[in-house]
Amino acid sequence: MKKWMGTALTTALVISALTACGTSNNDANTNSAQAANGNKPATEAAANSEITVYTALEDDQIGAYLASFKEQYPNIKVNIVRDSTGIITAKLLAEKDNPVADVVWGTAATSLLVLDQNGMLEGYSPKGIENVLPEFKDTGEPAHWVGIDAWETAFAVNTAELKKKNLPIPQSYEDLTKPEYKGLVVMPNPAASGTGFLTVSGLEQLMGDAKAWDYLDKLDKNIAVYTQSGSKPAKLAGTGEYPIGVSFGYRAIEEKKSGAPIEVVFPKEGSGWDVEANALMKKDNIKPEAKEFLDWAISAEPMKEYNKNYAIISIKNEGASIPEGYKADPMSQLIKIDLNKAAASREATLAEWTKRYEAKSEPKE
Amino acid sequence: MRTMMLSLVKRRGSFGERAAIVALIAALCIMVLLPLITLFSKAFEGKTGEFTGLANFARYFQSPALLQSLWHTAFISVGTACISVCLAFVFAYALTRTGIKGKLIFKTIALLPLFAPTMLHGIGLTYLFGNQGLITNGFFGALPFEWHIELYGPIGIMMAEVMYTFPQAYLILAVSLAFADYNLYEAATTMGASKRRIFFTVTVPNIKYGLISAIFVCFTLAFTDFGAPQVVGGNYSVLATEIYKQVIGQQNMGMGATVGIILILPAVLAFTVDRIVSRKQNAISSRALPYRIQTSRLRDGLFLACCLVLSALIGIVILTVIGASLIKIWPYNLSLSFVHYDFTKVAGGSIQPFWTSLRMSAWTAGIGTIVTFLGAYLIEKTRSMKMLRQAGYFLSILPLALPGLVIGLSYIFFFNERSNPLHGIYGTIWILVLANIAHFYAVSFVTATSALKKLDKEIERASDAMGVPQYKTLLRVTLPLCLPAVLEMAMYLFINSMVTVSAVMFLYAADLKLASVSVVNMDDAGDVASAAAMSVLIMMTNVMVRLVYEAIAHFVKTKTGAWQTRNS
Repeated sequence: MKKWMGTALTTALVISALTACGTSNNDANTNSAQAANGNKPATEAAANSEITVYTALEDDQIGAYLASFKEQYPNIKVNIVRDSTGIITAKLLAEKDNPVADVVWGTAATSLLVLDQNGMLEGYSPKGIENVLPEFKDTGEPAHWVGIDAWETAFAVNTAELKKKNLPIPQSYEDLTKPEYKGLVVMPNPAASGTGFLTVSGLEQLMGDAKAWDYLDKLDKNIAVYTQSGSKPAKLAGTGEYPIGVSFGYRAIEEKKSGAPIEVVFPKEGSGWDVEANALMKKDNIKPEAKEFLDWAISAEPMKEYNKNYAIISIKNEGASIPEGYKADPMSQLIKIDLNKAAASREATLAEWTKRYEAKSEPKE
Repeated sequence: MRTMMLSLVKRRGSFGERAAIVALIAALCIMVLLPLITLFSKAFEGKTGEFTGLANFARYFQSPALLQSLWHTAFISVGTACISVCLAFVFAYALTRTGIKGKLIFKTIALLPLFAPTMLHGIGLTYLFGNQGLITNGFFGALPFEWHIELYGPIGIMMAEVMYTFPQAYLILAVSLAFADYNLYEAATTMGASKRRIFFTVTVPNIKYGLISAIFVCFTLAFTDFGAPQVVGGNYSVLATEIYKQVIGQQNMGMGATVGIILILPAVLAFTVDRIVSRKQNAISSRALPYRIQTSRLRDGLFLACCLVLSALIGIVILTVIGASLIKIWPYNLSLSFVHYDFTKVAGGSIQPFWTSLRMSAWTAGIGTIVTFLGAYLIEKTRSMKMLRQAGYFLSILPLALPGLVIGLSYIFFFNERSNPLHGIYGTIWILVLANIAHFYAVSFVTATSALKKLDKEIERASDAMGVPQYKTLLRVTLPLCLPAVLEMAMYLFINSMVTVSAVMFLYAADLKLASVSVVNMDDAGDVASAAAMSVLIMMTNVMVRLVYEAIAHFVKTKTGAWQTRNS
């Protein structure tokens, strides 16, 4: 704990020094100081206020995450709108002229970057942002988005069904294209699912565009169905409906924990990944409670909770626990990805994907 | 003196009448027309709201994947309408014109699919015919045979859509078949016409309007349904899921609006045909006699067999869903458990959406019934402002051609505009209620209209001649005579609001998540057993509402319906 505070303080100092050079941002300085002082919550905020939070975090996580917020801010009512990454992003875009959300919490950074391109995000550097590693946040000042954790591609493989068919457990992306897995593999549609997008854009950055599409063409021959959700492939693997699901680490592990005959496989070549991040919506009356929420969202308490589910969280914390089911060194599993590049090519990637595979079920083609 | 008074009364009546008609048209414009116009204008916009002309349409027709979904949808809808109307006709005929036993049980089972979101039918089929389905693996290997059908795709969608549209077609046909003028049958028999000839010259022409409207309704429902393709569609894309993908997956509102318009077009065509046919339909004379069922054991036996098979098919699907919602881990741990009814760990978050759905549906039923009945009355039974009333009729029927997804999308565009004075309802339960009333307006309007049509125009003329104000006739004569229809409308609105997904999908606010939406979310996230559990809850609620309705309807019928039964 002491070590952590030390790191935090040093980072805080460095950042204060940096910001002092530019437009001196006193707010940020005091915020940093507070954060370093142990993050005392300002509970005396306006009584009975309400904020609306849009999130793509998993349903089974939100309750546990919010517990400490409710404790610290009993007077703030939080309305959670939860949906998968694509839907949340679409809702936010649909409401562009009249945003309902005050805060976006735990939603793919590549999606937040799309919102930012549309001028929908308000810059705000929450208290404690200096603790967040630079690759997990907007490095601008004030930051337009701040990450909380990263999630990555993983396969959920139903061992019982594969045993029935006498097939080995696939260990890599390459394995998935083997003819014996024809019709057994399910993966999320990147146009709808954050997990689907990070998998495809991860492959693009891993192999280069041409080779990645080549690979996806081959994989497409084995795909039984493209789902709208990143969780669904793991759950379909869990029921044996389709024994191999391209999903993400947390969901595959949860499915295994629930008692289904699942083995979690992190592909040998490495996993595509994205950051679950927070942002403040640009609107006429930005509520102070929204900023308090963002401050809380990267504070120690929720970070501890995120860490129970995800091996990689956005703050540097040595000796962090690795949740059951993940590899010992989760960072090494990640493909080297430039999120800005992924967001910039998002539209082109999705268009290409749609062009190639949307009509796949048609027997004529 | 007497004539002066008469004309005075008439003029006074027509002023209130005119005001009411204008108000009705204004309401319909806000509810249906203006949002639709906003949607149309969005189809000509690019992603950032710039005007792009026909670019979206050009892109649509150049994209093989998008175009393909159009053909898929047409195929599914035509197939569904044919199968569904044929089956429903046999069923409705059996229940109205034959002497088979157990009619009440058959009717109850036939209507069950109506009480559940379309996702339930899809989920049921998944558990029966999916890769781990009961029938696919022969009851977990207990049976000597396995039967594998290609469920995910057109077959699955069509099966689910037939199950979804069957009760709707049945209801329409049963109403048509229930109203016949027995004088015609007696006359035909007296003239020595054969049974077959009577069937084709009396029965079929009599229910022509019902038949066409049943085909029309089935076609449109299948054309625009989102729930079933979402669950069992696999990669077989249809227009409804295409809109969802465009808007949700690709965040492309302009293209969503474009697909929305394309989604409307064939429905509008079907709608036009329906209008042309229904214009030729005559009201049943006030001297009509109800149909009397002749005894025939062969006929009854055949129809009983048909009813048994159809009911069994529906029953099996529903029982499977109930069973699946109670099984711990399908198919690896078959112990019974209520764990899937604890919604805190899955998409949807809690049982709260269920309560919100109840609240919303109650409001929709209450407000919707009053508005729709008055609307139908003003258009059917008044005589001033013919042009406006015709416009009103068009606007009232128009929602039949509007899929819920289109209504939902257009409501976002229209009501989320800050300059709109009604912007305040955005994000409240009222926009959901309004969207539902608009969505289900046409069918309940048709129910009200056909009930009103059955009443002889002489009733109005008689009270007019006696100088009774029109509102009194409405309250004392017309409404009581239409009470069964009014109750049916209220129930229809409630049940459909409980099960609908498409319209409310884009509109629900943070604290107003709905049960049906959470079924989609749960299925989308792969929590199929929990999705089954929530669908079962919705269905049970609706069955209960239906039972209450039956009790009230029975009471009303014995009190006021005496004129409709013949003492023989």
